[in-house]
Amino acid sequence: MVEMEKQVLAPVNEHKVPNFRWSNIFRGDNRALWTLLALIIILIVDRMVSPTFFTIRMVNGRLTGSLINTLDGAAPIILLSIGMTLVIATKGVDLSVGAVMAICAAVAAVLINRHEAGSDNILYYPGFVILIAILAGALCGLWNGILVALFDIQPIIATLILMVAGRGIAQMITEGQSPTFTDETLAYIGQGTIFGMPFPVYVAGIALVVVFLLVRRTALGLLIESVGINSKASHYTGVNAASIKLFVYIISGICAAIAGLVVAGENTYADPHTAGQWSELDAIVAVVIGGTLLSGGRFNLLLSAVGALIIQSLRIGLYISDLHPNANLVVKAIVILLVLLLQSKEFKQTIGRLFKPILKLKAIFK
Amino acid sequence: MSVNEPKQPALLEVRGLTKTFTATPALSEVDFTLYPGEVHALLGENGAGKSTLIKLITGIYKRDAGTIHLNGKAIEPHNPRHAQELGISAVYQEINLIPTLSVAENLFVGRQPRFLGMVSMQLTNQKARTLLKAFNIDIDVTRDLSAYSIAIQQIVAIVRGVDLSAKILILDEPTSSLDRHEVETLFSVIRSLKERGIGILLITHFLDQVYEISDRITVLRNGRKVGEHLTKELSRAKLISEMLGREFTETLGKRNSQNDTESGEHTTFLDIKGFAKRGVIEPFDLEIKKGEIVGLAGLLGSGRTELGHLVFGINRSEQGEAFVEGKKIRLNSPRKAIRYGFGLCPEDRKVEGLVADLTVRENIILALQAKMGWYRHIPYKRQEQFANEMIEALHIATPDAEKPVGQLSGGNQQKVILARWLVSNPDFLILDEPTRGIDVGAHAEIINIIKRLAKEGKAMMVISSELAEIVDYSDRVVVLRDRKKLTELTGDEISEDAIMQAIAEK
Repeated sequence: MVEMEKQVLAPVNEHKVPNFRWSNIFRGDNRALWTLLALIIILIVDRMVSPTFFTIRMVNGRLTGSLINTLDGAAPIILLSIGMTLVIATKGVDLSVGAVMAICAAVAAVLINRHEAGSDNILYYPGFVILIAILAGALCGLWNGILVALFDIQPIIATLILMVAGRGIAQMITEGQSPTFTDETLAYIGQGTIFGMPFPVYVAGIALVVVFLLVRRTALGLLIESVGINSKASHYTGVNAASIKLFVYIISGICAAIAGLVVAGENTYADPHTAGQWSELDAIVAVVIGGTLLSGGRFNLLLSAVGALIIQSLRIGLYISDLHPNANLVVKAIVILLVLLLQSKEFKQTIGRLFKPILKLKAIFK
Repeated sequence: MSVNEPKQPALLEVRGLTKTFTATPALSEVDFTLYPGEVHALLGENGAGKSTLIKLITGIYKRDAGTIHLNGKAIEPHNPRHAQELGISAVYQEINLIPTLSVAENLFVGRQPRFLGMVSMQLTNQKARTLLKAFNIDIDVTRDLSAYSIAIQQIVAIVRGVDLSAKILILDEPTSSLDRHEVETLFSVIRSLKERGIGILLITHFLDQVYEISDRITVLRNGRKVGEHLTKELSRAKLISEMLGREFTETLGKRNSQNDTESGEHTTFLDIKGFAKRGVIEPFDLEIKKGEIVGLAGLLGSGRTELGHLVFGINRSEQGEAFVEGKKIRLNSPRKAIRYGFGLCPEDRKVEGLVADLTVRENIILALQAKMGWYRHIPYKRQEQFANEMIEALHIATPDAEKPVGQLSGGNQQKVILARWLVSNPDFLILDEPTRGIDVGAHAEIINIIKRLAKEGKAMMVISSELAEIVDYSDRVVVLRDRKKLTELTGDEISEDAIMQAIAEK
């Protein structure tokens, strides 16, 4: 048996061995095209609303401009959408990510405060604080995973528990306060720049690449899709569906932790109530715009990131427009609906049918 | 029994009923007559047309031709509700009641007795109690339905159906999830319904129960009626030969011995002692040697699939031991079984086998990849190589390996699942109905593959309803009935006759 596996893994001599094909990234009825098109249209509308939207200037070694703000602000959503994509691909959903952001931000702020208060404990050094916060996120993910994978609780309910409890936990950690901190390392995660580009953009980009390679360079991506499409058949084929589910929820927890650190770094405080509030919904919408079906199966991390960019550029566009703030949410909802309709095969077919009589009339009058 | 006098006017008369789905007739010119106060069993193997007939009578499908008369009047049921208003009610295996409502509410939902315009719980409960008492069922009607056993739930569904229509009751596999005692309770309800002159159409796979409760039997095969008999005049042997479509006297299928392995030496691969699970299958022993094909024969519902699932670890055995090549093992999950070199091509390809949205290539390598673990990714080129080899070797009709497997035809899907296991190189393969629903050409190919695999020294267990097929390739045949292993036939004992004899034996 071992002999055989060695043979299987041995490189095939005839060609170089590509582990994935670029063409596979955008597979499935040109969804990628429509999603990118939606982003471009929204950016163009943004440009029409604000003539300076595409203007990027260097101020004090930091790139500024609406486009940069969009990227910077999209970073936490991209981070969340990475984990969310994997979870949704297994036919699950993680409602707790916003609350997990708050927990991890609270953990980081409270620990770093002890460092700032002069404690010599090595665990309170910034590097360790970051590690511990991420570990806390992983634990939250593990909790969700156990409920879903081992106790077979429906994902929406299982993660709702932590969604509700999480903010309470964060409050307990901060003892009801919103602790501020001055530590530069932690602040750097949210505010730093490299070559003028905000640091969160790098964080999101690196996370995206790392998780992409993790799932597509190994068999994880295939196994995740397989479990999402047909959990029973996967089980009968020997796929360890429970472990796969545990894994995706843990990844989601870690992503939420990093997003929490980014937000906390930006604000230099951790507010248990507002950190990451409603961001689980942004992440879910980003994933859906990115073409991963809530019914699980095929997923595309890169398109989820594009979905996150769509949401953020829409938000920034609304923010800088003259539109009355009260209308913002409704406009946002309508635009998201339009993006989804743009991708819907059925919708396009229906529209096609509606236009048929008109085309016929045209032909007659010719 | 006087109710069986044909002179009595019929309750339901179906004549020349025909229904065609996409070119293949599901039912052609079937006659069916139900008299008041009789239990009429409708029998046949899978695809015989039983459920199509019921769905035509209850208005779920529209018939292409034929007539349905109820009490002498032609009827035209549009949907199940309409059929119910006419007096035809059906209770299915999955119960269509609301588990979180009380028994009484379930009995009267949508038509609760009112007092001064308000729904009266008291009246509802009272009426429910009286209704159930008539069937000697004395339970607390105010408790949630889900608090009761499946049998009681089934009876509540029946009582509700009867109370609504009270002319014809259709029972589709009512006993399949009941134990012996519960079946008794259900039968006593059925008997009291008979006394009220209700005509009962019963579908079941349990032959013993057919002989216990039914007055008349109609047998369908391939969408046609092949016989109608009074139960007391029909021998089991005759019944089975009608269901399977083979004469007992036929001396078909001299076993060919070409699938004996050349190595000669048969060593035992799997040895199972006393596996059993309550309500699923009674204790059985099973031994399978390398290079041997063991056929599992029995009617639908005889426990063939259940036995396969127990061996593959899908269902855990409650007792007994299993040995692989003399070493004791625990079979508690498919993953474990696969690690010991097992493979299973399941009966329900769509639900249990295929991952429909994945490509042919991905489906083919899935079992091997799962066995090797996520981190040892099979290189893409290797996957392609496996897929193309298999597409060629098994003649899988697909434009390329990247087509989603859900878009292939049934026979090709079956081949993909076979390919999945062949690629992972198992020592022991369980094939559950490997040739069902596939065309003739693919049928022959799959049988050849089965023989070839045995020749290569793999242990094989094949479950099939096709007796000729089983006789053709099996070295040994295990016969099951009513979730019990009855006997084993070896060598020259194997013939269709002998198998049917074994199934029919009391």
